[in-house]
Amino acid sequence: MITRLMVANRGEIASRVFRTCRSLGIETVAVHSDADAALPYVREADLAVRLRGNTPAETYLDVDLLLDAARRTGADAIHPGYGFLSENAGFAAAVEAAGLTWIGPAPASIEAMGSKVEAKRIMREAGVPVLEAPAEPTEDDLPLIVKASAGGGGRGMRIVRSLDDLDREVAAAQAEAASAFGDGTVFVEPYVEHGRHVEVQVVGSGVYGDRDCSVQRRHQKVVEEAPAPGLPDEVRTALHEAARRAAEAIDYRGAGTVEFLLDPATGRFWFLEMNTRLQVEHPVTEAVQGVDLVAAQIAVAEGAAAPPAGPPQGHAIEVRLYAEDPAADHAPQSGVLTRFEIPVEDGIRVDAGHESGSEVSTYYDAMLAKVVAHAPTRTAAARKLAGVLSRATIHGVRTNRDQLVAILRDEVFLAGEMTTALLAQPRWSSRPGASEDESRPRLAAALAIAETDAALRTVQQGIPVGWRNVVSQPQLTVLDDEAVAWWGGRDGYAGEGATVVAASPTAVILEVDGVRTTYAVAVGEGVVDVDWPGGHAAYVRTPRFTDPADAVASGSLLAPMPGTVTVVHVAVGDEVAAGQPVLVLEAMKMQHTVAAPTAGTVTEIDVETGAQVAAGDVLAVVEGDEA
Amino acid sequence: MLEKLEALDAEHAKAVAGGGQKYVDRHHARGKLLPRERIELLVDPGSAFLELSPLAGWGSDFAVGASVVTGIGVVEGVECVITANDPTVKGGASNPWTVKKIFRASQIAEENGLPTVALVESGGADLPTQKEIFIPGGRLFRDITRASARKEPTIALVFGNSTAGGAYVPGMSDYTVMVKEQAKVFLGGPPLVKMATGEESDDESLGGAEMHARTSGLADYLAEDEHDAIRIGRRIVARLNRGAGFTGDPGKPALPHANNAGEATVSRGEWPGRPAYAEPDADPDGLLDLVPADLKEPFDPREVIARVVDGVSAGNGVAFDEFKPLYGSSLVTGWARIHGHQVGILANAQGVLFSEEAQKATQFIQLANQVDTPLLFLHNTTGYMVGADYEQGGIIKHGAMMINAVSNSAVPHLSVIMGASYGAGNYGMNGRAFDPRFLFTWPSAKSAVMGPAQLAGVLSIVARAAAEAKGQDYDEEGDAGMRAYVEQMVEEASLPYALSGMLYDDGVIDPRDTRTVLGICLSVIANRPIVGTDRFGVFRM
Repeated sequence: MITRLMVANRGEIASRVFRTCRSLGIETVAVHSDADAALPYVREADLAVRLRGNTPAETYLDVDLLLDAARRTGADAIHPGYGFLSENAGFAAAVEAAGLTWIGPAPASIEAMGSKVEAKRIMREAGVPVLEAPAEPTEDDLPLIVKASAGGGGRGMRIVRSLDDLDREVAAAQAEAASAFGDGTVFVEPYVEHGRHVEVQVVGSGVYGDRDCSVQRRHQKVVEEAPAPGLPDEVRTALHEAARRAAEAIDYRGAGTVEFLLDPATGRFWFLEMNTRLQVEHPVTEAVQGVDLVAAQIAVAEGAAAPPAGPPQGHAIEVRLYAEDPAADHAPQSGVLTRFEIPVEDGIRVDAGHESGSEVSTYYDAMLAKVVAHAPTRTAAARKLAGVLSRATIHGVRTNRDQLVAILRDEVFLAGEMTTALLAQPRWSSRPGASEDESRPRLAAALAIAETDAALRTVQQGIPVGWRNVVSQPQLTVLDDEAVAWWGGRDGYAGEGATVVAASPTAVILEVDGVRTTYAVAVGEGVVDVDWPGGHAAYVRTPRFTDPADAVASGSLLAPMPGTVTVVHVAVGDEVAAGQPVLVLEAMKMQHTVAAPTAGTVTEIDVETGAQVAAGDVLAVVEGDEA
Repeated sequence: MLEKLEALDAEHAKAVAGGGQKYVDRHHARGKLLPRERIELLVDPGSAFLELSPLAGWGSDFAVGASVVTGIGVVEGVECVITANDPTVKGGASNPWTVKKIFRASQIAEENGLPTVALVESGGADLPTQKEIFIPGGRLFRDITRASARKEPTIALVFGNSTAGGAYVPGMSDYTVMVKEQAKVFLGGPPLVKMATGEESDDESLGGAEMHARTSGLADYLAEDEHDAIRIGRRIVARLNRGAGFTGDPGKPALPHANNAGEATVSRGEWPGRPAYAEPDADPDGLLDLVPADLKEPFDPREVIARVVDGVSAGNGVAFDEFKPLYGSSLVTGWARIHGHQVGILANAQGVLFSEEAQKATQFIQLANQVDTPLLFLHNTTGYMVGADYEQGGIIKHGAMMINAVSNSAVPHLSVIMGASYGAGNYGMNGRAFDPRFLFTWPSAKSAVMGPAQLAGVLSIVARAAAEAKGQDYDEEGDAGMRAYVEQMVEEASLPYALSGMLYDDGVIDPRDTRTVLGICLSVIANRPIVGTDRFGVFRM
């Protein structure tokens, strides 16, 4: 019997596993890197062990450290969560060798499915349809996709649309796979452009329903739901049967997921891969099937039978809320999540790894939370989830929230006609809501700042804000380098385009055409967040004055996102051509080259290899030739 | 009243317009800011700015506003006197009214112990009127250094020309900031130097900002541009060791507070440091209808007081505690609070001051000195009563007592001329000559030795008597013409703009702003300890 369980993972999945442990009476152990020390999951655990350092390699991927943590805390079982070592057969074997219970499938099953090439062979032999490109592809086989055998989550995938590109893309994928996963094996398969991603949840060889995860951005799932909508009964039955055969083929134990590519036009489907772990999107299955998959995993690990799946009830949709900037090609964001409040209501589940005040670091996945809605119908679930998301208060980092809301309200999505190509359409690449008139929230922000200043004033406190006996000009509050004009005085505030009903440091009520809207404002040192029904905006407060000594020199190269400097290509005094790489930044395992904006001379290099930089930091200065 | 307020706005607009659109555009085109733009950047965001003497020079040959802006603003939490030359008006040259306006600003800084920030850009003295400026003008420099000696720091931010005599403004100041490539500070420019010594020179070597910052040492700071100069100026004020510092806690939420009366919810009051007092019990908008068009009709000043002083709240059980209400009822006296500051108020109720009112005022002024409380005088008086009964009753004696008390009272005085302020009543009610800390005027005010009709009538009677004494016929037609002319002349000269133009007040204000203006004044006054006196002149009993 398991009495004390350690989660060899972090964030929301650790919290998720702890929750079930608590309900079962199992004590919990967390491990955490230095950057994660203040996250909620560490506090939630009964015991916590620090893993010195921050990079995954020195923390959550270090098998010896993890086993040592389990030994020191007296844990008798390890749950790997997802990602990190969850599909590492060596780790599973080491856990078992240490006499601990491994909450997952047998190491052999992990190994069998870990290699995609090997997995395909097993599945083909088991009679599960498999996608395979001919050894010598022709133009008719295009497009193709190159995948890393050891990859996952979209990393290392390359689409090939011309045979000429094939060799080069394979070589590039091999190099990237070798550096990212330590295994350069890649394979090529046909690329189904308008396919749907449908997967089947299994526990052992028992089927626990299906999910659709077609809404993806660069092969990274964004919206997931259960059951997969609009499948003909015979297709669903065939999918479940194929998943059962796949699990049986490797004598599978515990929770796993068999992923398929489905062509909605023909109802044909092909095996993609099998994930030998708990999926990120398991909550939608739990909602619809009425099971606790973590409890099922623990039961199986203890040798008991998994609870049977019930008939599906209603529909559940999950969205992944990421700290990323949709306007900047979804670059991951870091910083302090100054406020993070998602309304939890009936039918809403929030699995979050962060809370108000948490710091979002650049070391790990940028997912802030999973928000799940469960309702009698798919449409109801989508509407409810969109409503909850739009009412959430998220300050401090940019997120994909608005885009998630837009997807949940999208006609194609609501019709169940989404494919994995949905988000690649150009309409999703622009920032939603950017065209909206923001003069009112900007006015609200300016007035809340004025009220905050007034509340902090130590003299003339009761005097109306902005009062003048001789009026010459409006008060100007500069947000995002653009001035908001307003007047203060005897009769309160006045601004363009709206009547100011009331103002305080935290809320401003504006009236337009007899309609009042309350803007909740959070005035921070550098940023002002405004939330109103259906919208949120964060404005950078432009300081009234800049010390010339602090001004950024023109020609400065700023870090586009937080990350680590991996290469510095130039030295001070070097002549560079426009577009010549100056240095390379690694963030989220992606390499970003920072290039010279113009031809010129490098006059300053402010970082060295290995330096951690925040978004906006000055990296180097290139003085243009003409300057 | 609304018409008068529109007229007031129009007069203020003249001051704001400075030298006119052409010169404003030219100034802007040079990348320079207008004086009020500089001030807006200098003061704390959202804080009030009380402009002083905005109509200086009204009715003179010079532009309204006298080519300088003066006022009181909050910089880094410190109340400061701010002066700013308006270079769009004849290059910011000082005329006689400019000098008087700056004298007044210096006086306010001195009386209230405030630092001064001068935003300098002036072409020097207006040469055609130099005889009215040169001799008295030395006081400008005297005042700067005397302020420094009193530990009221003086800061000069030099944006442009500050030459010849003007060079002593930065020269005498405690801190001097000069804007690169704009400031020009020298005793004599290249032509004068050439004439005097034959030396060939240029502006930069004689008085450029870089030169003064690096060579002469006259500039303590070199500013990159105008914004930078203002930034440095704010940092200097921040280090004067005067601000109360940060006391607030921005983390506490508060409910929205109503913008307009009648929608009251909760104010910023939940935040610490917020004043614990209520807005007036009666709507200040009512002040517009209170003063009759004809000043012969009296109005009840209690209606004004109820619209100006703090309303009833937990710490202020009664808004206005009237003193001696049954005696001398033509003058209302009593205690109240304005923005939390206690004040004693003397307000004319029936225009005329009798012996009882004079005695009551004398006693009340002594009481305020006993408890170190500032006094507020609300003028609407036609003067002390005349007539045999009153002369025999000692009206002069009693009026003298009141003027004695007003003159020697050591608590700060504030005066607001609401309506009439005629004759010795103006003196007894603390007119300009009695140095109230601040004196503001409503657009409805009139002030003169006596009413225009009375004055013309008196002249007519005297002339008629003179004619009769000489045995001449009196020219009745000429008399009517003379009376009409005198009446009109006195009427014009007793109107608020004319008085304000001569610096006989600190500004004409919208009656609805009275509470705000007094609140600022009381806050400013509180920069120095308030200590009443027990020494008055000999009271003639």
